[in-house]
Amino acid sequence: MDTVIDAHNISKVYNPDTIPVHAVNNVHLHVERGEFTALVGPSGSGKTTLLNILGGLDHPTSGNVVINGTDITHLGSNKLIDFRLHNIGFVFQSFNLIPVLTARENVEFIMLLQNVPKKERDQRVVALLNEVGLSDKMDVRPAQLSGGQQQRVAVARALASKPQFILADEPTANLDSASAFNLLDIMAKLNREENMTFIFSTHDQRVIERARRVITLVDGSIASDTAQTKTD
Amino acid sequence: MLFKLAWRNLWRNRSRTLITMASVFFAVLLAIFTMSLQKGVWDNLTKNVVSFYSGYVQIHLNGYWNEQILDNSFAFTDSLNQAILQQPHITAATPRLESFALASGGQITKGSMVAGIDPEKEHIVTALKNKLTRGSFLQLNDQTVLLAEGLAKKLQLDVHDTVVLLGQGYHGSTAAGKYSIKGLVKFASPEINETMVYLPLPEAQNLYSAPNMLTSVVISLDNPQNLNAVVGNLKKALGSRYEIMPWQEMMPEIEQLIKTKEGSAQIILAVLYLLVSFGIFGTLLMMTAERRYEFGMLMAIGMKRRRLAGVVFIESMLVTITGCMAAVLAGIPLVNYLHQHPIRFTGQMAKVYEDFGFEPVLPAMFSMEVILTQTAIVSFIALLLALYPLLHVYRLNETEAMKR
Repeated sequence: MDTVIDAHNISKVYNPDTIPVHAVNNVHLHVERGEFTALVGPSGSGKTTLLNILGGLDHPTSGNVVINGTDITHLGSNKLIDFRLHNIGFVFQSFNLIPVLTARENVEFIMLLQNVPKKERDQRVVALLNEVGLSDKMDVRPAQLSGGQQQRVAVARALASKPQFILADEPTANLDSASAFNLLDIMAKLNREENMTFIFSTHDQRVIERARRVITLVDGSIASDTAQTKTD
Repeated sequence: MLFKLAWRNLWRNRSRTLITMASVFFAVLLAIFTMSLQKGVWDNLTKNVVSFYSGYVQIHLNGYWNEQILDNSFAFTDSLNQAILQQPHITAATPRLESFALASGGQITKGSMVAGIDPEKEHIVTALKNKLTRGSFLQLNDQTVLLAEGLAKKLQLDVHDTVVLLGQGYHGSTAAGKYSIKGLVKFASPEINETMVYLPLPEAQNLYSAPNMLTSVVISLDNPQNLNAVVGNLKKALGSRYEIMPWQEMMPEIEQLIKTKEGSAQIILAVLYLLVSFGIFGTLLMMTAERRYEFGMLMAIGMKRRRLAGVVFIESMLVTITGCMAAVLAGIPLVNYLHQHPIRFTGQMAKVYEDFGFEPVLPAMFSMEVILTQTAIVSFIALLLALYPLLHVYRLNETEAMKR
């Protein structure tokens, strides 16, 4: 198996000098390529903090995170931005598409930041939006799309940079049931057919049921880490 | 794409963009308007003052200004006249022979300044004909005089009365003559109004036994802004035998007054720039705060600070350039209109101006230099202020920024 994330003994403490809050406690995490993993736990259990650390958006107070062989723990801010651009795809709860760009331009934007040639960008944008079932909405701006459609564009954007893995923070929280299932179908298909690694935090039982691995966090620590055989 | 993103971002919040553009627009327009009006007023003041008597430039024999006697006069030859008139930007040159004399009317005598003039040329430079209040204007071959009203009053003389002039002529000769008063002229300056006597130039040269001699040539310009160029050209053309004096050297007190007033005007302009800066900065501050989350998200998905700062800077540039261009397009006809149709005082204020011999107007100077300078200053301020969102981007922590 091919290791994508190797997190050793990571902790995150907020306000260490006043009233310390231990958001993440001594977490060891090993993620292989092609996993479809759910990070679950009650509010305040440290899911988002852990995702931020794994995604290079935050630094752990102690421990280290190695992604695809690169220890990102001590990378400077600018190097981390560059690392994220080429290695990690993000899907946010509130979609976070660029409102002034069309679906096509939102997906193309990431490749533009990577300086991908125009021809290649055009081909990949069409392929990705086809894959998420939005070939008829390419030239539509986010405000004219439903929540589910916006989140599908966000998934296409996350895939555009050809990342090592995709981090999704509560991707279905703002979606109705039908849209949530549709999104999960797309993510599962990408995982299955393209071996894309997904790690997502969620409260949603329907989402948890689709994951092949479920990591439960309680008070910043891993309470359980179980493999599920029943997937999509 | 980055330019497209910046352009579309501008119109995402139409009101905010229009407010910022309006801040820049009104700032530039106000600065152009204020500066053009100030420059116009100073220019007009100078024009009024120099047209009292001195003209913009005078040519004397070297040393005359420090020792104003007839022995420091010079012969006015055709070649000298040609050398002067050949210079660019000179529209007229009027010769004068000036000296002092005692003016007497009956039992009363008073010191006076006698100016021998070419009446028609003098009118071109100092609009002397317009100052005539009684009688008629001089002709070059007359043997009569024009008296300033104040002097005539002191001597208790009127038109057609006789005035006696007594003074010292060229090389110590005696100058004495008696002349019929052809007309009275009125000057706003009391000093000039109580001393001036005008004679036709040939008659003055005859009185002072100084045939074909002059003490000064007064120069008229096509545009006061060419003053320095004309002085420089004349110095080169005429050499060191002559002193070429701009009005600032002849009337340093007026130049000092204008400089003082300009200083206070600069303070007013600085306050205007400051107010404008706060206006623009306020909108930038609002924009930066509103878009904090968005900046954080863009950095999270991999947009480098340099690129993000570039987009924000392009946005600021577009707002500034559009505001400035609109202001220049509006400013040119506005200033041109005020230049052609100056603001006119009425009532008491107009009377005060007229009593000083000034036209009661506030003209604007139409100068592309003023317009472009003010535009450049406000643009520079706006672009300097645009560094704030850039600084914000460079200091932003994406994780903190994305916390709602």
